[in-house]
Amino acid sequence: MSAHENAQEGYDFAHPLPLPLLAGTFLVLTLLTVLTVAQASFNFGSLDVLIVMVIATIKAVLVGAIFMHLAWDKPFNILCFIGSFVFVGLFIMATLFDSRQTAKDDIPVLDDAVVAAPAEM
Amino acid sequence: MATTDAGLVSDAHEQPGHGHSDHGHGDHDHPSYLAHHFDTPEQQFDSGKLGMWLFLVTEVLFFSGMFCAYAIFRAWRPEVFEGCSQFLNTKLGAINTGVLLFSSFTMAWGVRCAQKEQHKLLTAMLATTLSCATMFLGVKAIEYSHKWHLGLLPAGLFSYDPSNPHPVGGPNYLAYICAPFVVITAAVAVWLVVSFLRGAKFQFECAKPLMVVCLCFFVGVGLGTILESGGDEGHHEDGHAVVAAVDGEHGAAADHGEGHSHEKEGEHAEHAEASEAEAVVELPPAGAMVNQSTDLAVIERLASDATNTGLQDELAARRAQSQRSGGGILYDVTDDTAATIASAPEDVLRPSRAGVFFSIYYCMTGIHAIHILAGIGVLVWLLVRSIRQDFNRNYFGPVDYVGLYWHIVDMIWIYLFPLMYLIR
Repeated sequence: MSAHENAQEGYDFAHPLPLPLLAGTFLVLTLLTVLTVAQASFNFGSLDVLIVMVIATIKAVLVGAIFMHLAWDKPFNILCFIGSFVFVGLFIMATLFDSRQTAKDDIPVLDDAVVAAPAEM
Repeated sequence: MATTDAGLVSDAHEQPGHGHSDHGHGDHDHPSYLAHHFDTPEQQFDSGKLGMWLFLVTEVLFFSGMFCAYAIFRAWRPEVFEGCSQFLNTKLGAINTGVLLFSSFTMAWGVRCAQKEQHKLLTAMLATTLSCATMFLGVKAIEYSHKWHLGLLPAGLFSYDPSNPHPVGGPNYLAYICAPFVVITAAVAVWLVVSFLRGAKFQFECAKPLMVVCLCFFVGVGLGTILESGGDEGHHEDGHAVVAAVDGEHGAAADHGEGHSHEKEGEHAEHAEASEAEAVVELPPAGAMVNQSTDLAVIERLASDATNTGLQDELAARRAQSQRSGGGILYDVTDDTAATIASAPEDVLRPSRAGVFFSIYYCMTGIHAIHILAGIGVLVWLLVRSIRQDFNRNYFGPVDYVGLYWHIVDMIWIYLFPLMYLIR
């Protein structure tokens, strides 16, 4: 309300964002998309997924902070939203841990005889 | 009494402690946009926004299940994901990403227009956002129909045959997908003409932008067709080569019949020739190989195995083994099925594995597309209200909430696009 000293309580709470900021955000997002497509033609080995995810996360943060006004939003709204992403991170990480641990559990069978698989690690 | 929709109102609201219970519905001493149970427009806006954020949290959790499935299956079979993603046209995905980002921009601009009471511009922005949404679906229609035609379907229905990648006949999927949009476009066109002839000004004003929105679907279809046909050659041969290479890695040395049909294709033919050359390279004496190559221990084992019927098979096995240890890609030029016992089940499983990738692909992009359809629904509602000039600087909540929803749909695509289209 500080910007509207003369306004009545509860009125004029809109904070229209400057157009150059919105256009600039769109421009940066487009450039990042071009970058992410371009990097796909180089081979970074196992870093690939990491690079792609970092670029995507930068884009998501830009969309969230500026297009969705999170940078000016109530802290509780931000907390809810970020909280859901923390959950997603934990969810996928925990599942992948299990997936990696059990992936090599196959017991090869040759000629009806169970071949003892070498212990992992 | 003092009820103006746009501005500051009513002395009744100057007292913060003003109770609402003491006036009934007939007693409208508050702006028409302010619900009875709210004291101020800001309180109403903040409540609505909190509700929207909580809904968006459930959306994130909803999609997280699918991203998790993606992560698990990719961790299990990275080569299947890499191979299958070659069938997705990166150009179409990139264009759709651009279209969605632009629609997000116009949506954010629309919220600004609503806050600044620029009614005409708000209508234009909402119409642009809607047009981008239908264009996205148009491109998607090309993408889907093309894949269905090739038989690149979810597990269970997956029927892609590398030796016959472009089957003749089959239903015209594109026509089926476009049919509802054609009907809607025709209906809007009729509405436009009728409202013009009857002089129904408001209806005509609504039908005009919606007509553009409908036509944009076909712009998307056209754009998709151009990009799909332009990118066809490289993209598809790539895809086939990769699938064949995955075969090779799995030790599928048998003659599938696909290798031969593909030999005319550029890159693939080179591979095949290279491996043929590899195959005729003379083998070193058996003893030397036993000493030098740990892989030969496996051959020794195979040779002593009861299932191995003779020296021929053993030799074939050795040959295949030396090919593999020499770094050559195991190709289907020699008939050494017996050398790789494991190859048979691997082959049987391959289409279903590709089917798993496409199940995840259709599930994720399909549910995303359903979200776009839902977004189109609420945006049309906003468009009509915007033409009615419902929104002002104290009441722009609906525009803002739909905007938040639209941005999260965009955000999900931001992650979907690289994960699906750009992996190698």
